[in-house]
Amino acid sequence: MAIEVRIPTILRSYTGGAKVVEGGGDTLSELLSDLDSRHSGLRGRLVTEEGGLHRFVNVYVNDEDVRFLGALDTKLSDGDTVTILPAVAGGAFGFAAAAAMLGNRL
Amino acid sequence: MARYDSLLDACGGTPLVGLPRLSPVVPEGAPPVRLWAKLEDRNPTGSVKDRAALFMVRSAEEAGRLRPGDTILEPTSGNTGISLAMVAKLRGYRLVCVMPENVSTERVQLLRMYGAEIIFSPAAGGSNQAVATAKQISAEHPDWVMLFQYGNEANARAHYETTGPELLRDLPSITHFVAGLGTTGTLMGTGRYLREKVESIDIVAAEPRYGELVYGLRNIDEGYVPELYDATVLTRRFSVGTRDAVLRTRQLVEVEGLFVGFSTGAVLHAALAMAHEAVKAGRRADVAFVVADAGWKYLSTGAYGGTLADAEEALEGQLWA
Repeated sequence: MAIEVRIPTILRSYTGGAKVVEGGGDTLSELLSDLDSRHSGLRGRLVTEEGGLHRFVNVYVNDEDVRFLGALDTKLSDGDTVTILPAVAGGAFGFAAAAAMLGNRL
Repeated sequence: MARYDSLLDACGGTPLVGLPRLSPVVPEGAPPVRLWAKLEDRNPTGSVKDRAALFMVRSAEEAGRLRPGDTILEPTSGNTGISLAMVAKLRGYRLVCVMPENVSTERVQLLRMYGAEIIFSPAAGGSNQAVATAKQISAEHPDWVMLFQYGNEANARAHYETTGPELLRDLPSITHFVAGLGTTGTLMGTGRYLREKVESIDIVAAEPRYGELVYGLRNIDEGYVPELYDATVLTRRFSVGTRDAVLRTRQLVEVEGLFVGFSTGAVLHAALAMAHEAVKAGRRADVAFVVADAGWKYLSTGAYGGTLADAEEALEGQLWA
């Protein structure tokens, strides 16, 4: 068994178009490094230079947000499902439109 | 007291009802684990958004930003628009809503009935198209007032001053508060209030996970986190897929006779997870969750009948929460 990782459309250029990839690791950080060894550049889109999760990226382990589980140190086990999503869930339209009207940079 | 001077005065004060059939069975002698539904569909226009709309308009009036006859512009995928339309009508404003064309027809009919004008943004363009549409409208009408529910502190304050106190009054033994995460107003306001009053309460967010079409971004940097959002208010956050949301929505009406919208199904999914964790740990739990609206506006999706796979397909590409 391995860890299943669901990749959002906007990051599939790093996975050759694959929607789901597999990886391994005892923590989220290890998993992302493992993925990066086969899908070069992916880790850099998710983790900032300061070593934290990118502000506009949400990562879920078995549907729970890792920011409340230990972020990159979140423990993983074989059979877990990791889902990566851009941070727009819960009304993508409204967020984007509202921000645009207020002249915020998106 | 169930008499009010006007519809606006009847906002809030919603019932909190127990769900004895859906609450998990605990082993004999173990402390009780109970689920409670806060029926926000019992607000004047049928959703939790009435609270925020009323507070945002009043706050803008007090600040002198809104004067009689003004036009309010709001990007909304539904409920906030309906609430604002009602409040605008009763307080003497014109409302223009910008919304994607992939929302249910009931929402559009309701908005028009309440007197709102609607500008559609093509669904296929995702949020990029919405951005373009919004920029254009905003540039053409600089005098229109946008209340901007994603960054308006009155949105969260509505829940700090009303929803939170109501919950604590009705359920002093509350251990968990679960609600949907959109503008984040409900969770931020209610969550802050309850955290001040109830030691080690869990504030749990359930976020709808949409189909691919909705995430119409070109890259990660186009993401957006609402200005109201403060992660320190939450203790847990879950992403709930369409299938789980539909399953729980059906379960609520089948088991407890409670007919709700799909976002509430997502919230119940997280609430049940909390309840089952408590049972496993042998802890007492009173889990209160928000029923944001009833199911009427979503009947045309067809997702209340047929198989779960059919329902999932019917909701693909729709903003169901």
